[in-house]
Amino acid sequence: MLNVVVVGNGMVGHHYVEQLVASSVQAKITVIGGETRPAYDRVHLSEYFAGRTPEELALTTREHYVEIGVDAHFGDPVVQINRDNKTVITETGRSFAYDKLVLATGSYPFVPPVPGNDQDPCVVYRTIDDLGNIKAQADGAKVGVVVGGGLLGLEAANAVQNLGLETHVVEFAPGLMGVQLDAGGSGMLRRKIEALGVKVHTSKATEVIEASDDGDARLLMKFADGGSLATDMIVFSAGIRPYDQLARDCGLVVGERGGIDIDYHCKTSDSDIFAIGECALFGGRIFGLVAPGYRMAEAAVSQLGNQPQSFQGADMSTKLKLLGVDVGSIGDAHGREEGAIAYTFSDERIEVYKRLIVSADGKKLLGAVLVGDCSDYDTLLQYFLNGIDLPADPETLILPYNVGDAPTLGAAALPATATICSCHNVTKGDIVDALDAGFYALGDIKSETKASTGCGGCAALLKNIVDDEMSARGLEVDKSICEHFAYTRQELFHLIKVGSIKTFDELLEKHGKGRGCDICKPAVGSILASLWNDYVLDEKHVGLQDTNDTFLANMQKNGTYSVVPRVAGGEITPDKLIVLGEVAKKYNLYTKITGGQRIDLFGARVQHLPAIWKELVEAGFETGHAYGKALRTVKSCVGSTWCRYGVQDSVAMALYIENRYKGLRAPHKFKSAVSGCTRECAEAQSKDFGVIATENGWNLFVGGNGGMKPRHGELFATDLDDETLIKYIDRFLMFYVRTADRLQRTSVWMSNLEGGLEYLQQVVIEDSLGIAAELDAQMDNIVGTYQCEWKTTIENPERMKRFQQFVNADAEDDQIVFVQERGQPRPATEEERLQLLEESA
Amino acid sequence: MSQATICEQKDLIANSGICAMVEGQQIALFYLPKETPQVYAIGNWDPIGKANVLSRGMVGDINERLVVASPLYKQHFDLQTGECLEDGEFSVPVYSVELTAGQVLLAL
Repeated sequence: MLNVVVVGNGMVGHHYVEQLVASSVQAKITVIGGETRPAYDRVHLSEYFAGRTPEELALTTREHYVEIGVDAHFGDPVVQINRDNKTVITETGRSFAYDKLVLATGSYPFVPPVPGNDQDPCVVYRTIDDLGNIKAQADGAKVGVVVGGGLLGLEAANAVQNLGLETHVVEFAPGLMGVQLDAGGSGMLRRKIEALGVKVHTSKATEVIEASDDGDARLLMKFADGGSLATDMIVFSAGIRPYDQLARDCGLVVGERGGIDIDYHCKTSDSDIFAIGECALFGGRIFGLVAPGYRMAEAAVSQLGNQPQSFQGADMSTKLKLLGVDVGSIGDAHGREEGAIAYTFSDERIEVYKRLIVSADGKKLLGAVLVGDCSDYDTLLQYFLNGIDLPADPETLILPYNVGDAPTLGAAALPATATICSCHNVTKGDIVDALDAGFYALGDIKSETKASTGCGGCAALLKNIVDDEMSARGLEVDKSICEHFAYTRQELFHLIKVGSIKTFDELLEKHGKGRGCDICKPAVGSILASLWNDYVLDEKHVGLQDTNDTFLANMQKNGTYSVVPRVAGGEITPDKLIVLGEVAKKYNLYTKITGGQRIDLFGARVQHLPAIWKELVEAGFETGHAYGKALRTVKSCVGSTWCRYGVQDSVAMALYIENRYKGLRAPHKFKSAVSGCTRECAEAQSKDFGVIATENGWNLFVGGNGGMKPRHGELFATDLDDETLIKYIDRFLMFYVRTADRLQRTSVWMSNLEGGLEYLQQVVIEDSLGIAAELDAQMDNIVGTYQCEWKTTIENPERMKRFQQFVNADAEDDQIVFVQERGQPRPATEEERLQLLEESA
Repeated sequence: MSQATICEQKDLIANSGICAMVEGQQIALFYLPKETPQVYAIGNWDPIGKANVLSRGMVGDINERLVVASPLYKQHFDLQTGECLEDGEFSVPVYSVELTAGQVLLAL
């Protein structure tokens, strides 16, 4: 088998490993990383200071590498390559043989050669360990300076500001982000970030950094122009330099200013050695963005298989948020091409700057700069990448427009090869293929193609293409819930609420036709319950409930039911455990522990349900709503009460949450969990909403899911106090209940939500729709009117008449047959049942 | 054909089903007060799910045919013909039933 050794485990090195494992190439893979931890998301490094933990930034784990058969070593960097005997040697002297060697060593921060740059409060911004240093230096500091006004410098400035320091940016060049922005864009960016409290100093060359003797600041920076600046900390983030020392030492060709020279196949001057990512030099350029690095990794992997692809360079257009400011740069932002024409729009009131660079004949887009508003970025990028002819008046592309006639690029104009999602390299052709395969819902297309699941920047464009393709096929997505109502669940919710409709019949009369069916009835029943919270088995609602809701238990394959009492937070007393055992024995029930920390009792005949509940209710149990589209469980770990690592009382919080939301009817079931520390033993990130304790409070995740299509929850808000946590969950749930489709879990709902997580944050946290008070009131009403449906049922003789096997006979259903297995009953198979019935006849 | 009283009208549940045992057979009875006739009777055995559950299904209409949906796998059975809408190979028996003077009368 081919022996592949990968040196470096950054984002690109990790991507290479993933691609190689997924390919058809049979290879033994060895990974050697210099950092002590496996690959993590360096692009979102500054979120560390906003509460993301190293675990959350991780792209993989040691365990995962073991699982996929990769031999990985961390914290022991390679120090030597022996090309003669094809081995690499690590710092501790270990030797690894290779057939093919991949250098993904990345880059290191450039520290300007200024005297005094080696003092303790002088740090760099590149790795998670660097962040630890920055945090340590920020302790007790008041002022922080970032040297470097480029993309990385402003990222670092964001980090320094997040640490609560007075933040300065010192740049040698006359403007910020000089590579990506023209002077006008750079000026607008400066204006905007200064308004955010960051002090910007341009055209400043630092001559020396002195230890300060005045008691206030630790350091004094002296500039060539005679000025000076006192600070407690300096972060150097003034660009990167490729890590190419290993390559130099073993005689590979490197560029004049650094970087390991590679060809179209990502091969170095030794054809058994590849270089990819920021350590590689292609066409005289270093590509300091992650997407081109990924393309190199993919090209390098393909060289080992039957269909080698080439790396052709990469577009360096970029869109990002720096200190909360939207910045976009496409192609030739400076208009360097001969004869290029520029169009500029600038509005200092709303602080937006846009510039187009157009070819001399006015037909092609050569470049663009966007500051303060990137909504046109996707459209402009498509014009640029695909060489699409511009409209006769290109300026209309950046001029403010009235809502409704936005000049979006017709999706039909894009060629099949157009890249729509650059994070996952998804083309328009891939999306069309997904539609051809029968995936019409936006959420399905996303999970099928991965489009728009990275940064999400292409969401609007993706929707545009899907809509366009659908109408081109004469398809209209019929969102009617069923033949009785020409409305979506969300529309029905609205109709019921606005019309104060209290019964299904009333709704049917006003807005539907026919008699209803097993699709619309439970959906409407759920909406009525969410809005008015009546007893679900009330006479006017009883026909709306699925059998599980009607009988308050879950029907199993032989027509018997399973019963799940609520065990909030998974906490149960020994006495209650004994009751469950006694009830199970008395009614011959099969017992099993569920995934949600409860106990499920199977095999109850319909006529036994009331007696079973009566015993359970008397012992203090309530219904667990395992049958309902409602809150199931809130799983928890033992938390700080018992655990050596716990930082908050996760059980108490789980109990509170479970008791607050029990009985709430929703478009689908929903689950939650609370973990007492970042080790996450309760698996909160796989729940519809999950809570993880931090030193300072709680982090809230939303939209997670296990099941058929697992999805990790997204970090919604960090370090919340108890009250704010509950407020956000209230609103999140009520907004979901209001707007989701029938049988849509929160994860799919979120994938389909235009604007995704960010939109949800605006609605819940910033109350952008002005409905927060209403959501709060609605939830208070639900919480205040909770009743245990079992208890209400057994207390009412009229309700009990449903719970008989036969209206006219006191007999059992003789087709329900059990056999014993492992000391418990289970339903007989059809063969067993027929045989047993024959024997007893 | 013999006709027997199996229960009273007040034993029925509006827009829903109950189950009766008549001469060893399980019969699902549905009471739809707004329809004519108001009572329907079919076999309780679900031939696809292979369990006695149809009386516990939801009633409604599909393309104007009155149906009950099996609570197990959701196939629809026509209350008047017994036919399975999703799979013509399956059907359930249909019984003649009437509501007279507060009594539910069934003919086997």
